[in-house]
Amino acid sequence: MFDLLLPTISQGLLWSLLALGVYITFRVLDIADLTVEGSFPLGASVAVTLLVKDVNPVTAILVAALAGGVAGVITGLLHTKLRIPALLAGILTMIALYSVNLRIMGKANISLLGKETAFTLVESNLGVAYSQAVLLVGLISCVLFSVLMYWFFGTEIGAAIRATGFNPQMIRAQGVDTNIMLLIGLFFSNALVAVAGSLVAQSNGFADVGMGVGTIVIGLASVIIGEVLFGTRSFKNSLISVILGSIVYRLVIAIVLQMGMPPNDLKLFTAVLVAIALSLPMVKGKFQSRKAGI
Amino acid sequence: MLDIKHLSKTFFPGTGNEKKALTDVNLHMEPGDFITIIGGNGAGKSTLLNSIAGVFPIDGGQILIDGVDVSKMPEHKRARYIGRVFQDPMMGTAAGMMIEENLAIASRRGKTPGLSWALKDSEREKFREMLKELDLGLEDRLTSRVGLLSGGQRQALTLLMAAMNKPRILLLDEHTAALDPKTAEKVLAMTKKVIERDHLTSLMITHNMRDALRFGNRLIMMNAGRIVVDVNAEEKAKLTIPDLLALFEKASGSALDNDRMMLS
Repeated sequence: MFDLLLPTISQGLLWSLLALGVYITFRVLDIADLTVEGSFPLGASVAVTLLVKDVNPVTAILVAALAGGVAGVITGLLHTKLRIPALLAGILTMIALYSVNLRIMGKANISLLGKETAFTLVESNLGVAYSQAVLLVGLISCVLFSVLMYWFFGTEIGAAIRATGFNPQMIRAQGVDTNIMLLIGLFFSNALVAVAGSLVAQSNGFADVGMGVGTIVIGLASVIIGEVLFGTRSFKNSLISVILGSIVYRLVIAIVLQMGMPPNDLKLFTAVLVAIALSLPMVKGKFQSRKAGI
Repeated sequence: MLDIKHLSKTFFPGTGNEKKALTDVNLHMEPGDFITIIGGNGAGKSTLLNSIAGVFPIDGGQILIDGVDVSKMPEHKRARYIGRVFQDPMMGTAAGMMIEENLAIASRRGKTPGLSWALKDSEREKFREMLKELDLGLEDRLTSRVGLLSGGQRQALTLLMAAMNKPRILLLDEHTAALDPKTAEKVLAMTKKVIERDHLTSLMITHNMRDALRFGNRLIMMNAGRIVVDVNAEEKAKLTIPDLLALFEKASGSALDNDRMMLS
């Protein structure tokens, strides 16, 4: 059991970037952005295609981030310029990205066998075991991006983006173009998701065009689990909660798999978990009003 | 300061719900003018204020602020000239953000946000002083989320934010309508104070006849998308509520029809 703990935490850290990305759209911008189901494999496709061509892993990840960000901007433009509802705009980009990802990779699946990745880079340079390298890369990227997020959302633009999520009317009346704020938020979010995709692909050893299925639900599960267990007192607190939520989610999955749940049922399990978590406030409200005799 | 020429606006044109909200409205305001606006249901009062703020495109006419034609300017660009307080206390602030964050956003109204800190330590003292003047105990709650405040407190905060940096025009859209009478009175007193202190050119919609007479140096009445009565300071000082009602009937040919209008 214990030898599973470290790899599980490492996976949680790698996936936490997805959770942070989903946090930006779902909580900060207050929209459900399904682009992530496409930008996650996009990050994987771009990074893996570059790695196969022996591009430096850091460069590959940065290019993947940029590609993911552009995907987010496309969703944003569909929503703000063409007035397509945010949910549908995300779905359109997601579907389009399926073809784009196939184009990038040239086939449905690319293996990274024998290629340099972020993990082998750390492994050989620092002389640590591979499993420790995964943990280290997870830790470094997680700290790096959450500090970046903390800084960014503390700036004037960051505050304006947060206000756009809370009350677009108010922030427009304060002279901010809410459309631009939405685009920046979606860029940032999907860039993070693409980085997550590129790291997960490197840790899996391959990129697959179908690897995005269910990522939005995994991201939501991490966000909600983190918020419920670790609180939302401040922005900093929320960021830490989301990262811990991602780790707890991986632990829960590891435990139920150990207990004998067929891996094929994982997505069903996650969806039910998220449905329960999302309905908690409603159930709680009903329970309280019954107690109060209303 | 504010010039409105032949302003018109029709909602849902060409449909069965077509509604002529404003028809050939003309208004000129001198710097420091404080106009109270009254009128019946659907008279076009809010549409007039929203047209000035740029919430929707207008169909015809011109709006000039300080000689600058803002008719085609998007809402967020006009914000540099305009401070606004809405009827709904939830509308003027970001509930999930702290009081000091809301104030910091307001203190940068009209400036393109950049990558410097949203809130500098040096600003906190200034904000605390401003909040102290409201006398609502908010000066000790700078880091409270605005969502925790009462409607009256939020409206007072919105007023403070709207009046920050002395906007060219202050737009008040029934900003005390959702408050209880005592709180409304307090917010109105604050409104008067900031307008007089900074000589703000202001437009205030109210459904309270007494407030319409008590406040401001000019009063206009609207009916069916037009300004039907325009009373200057001297005349206004002599008016009573029955006079106002009579004026309205004479100008519009019907009794004042506003189900929320308070006559006393």
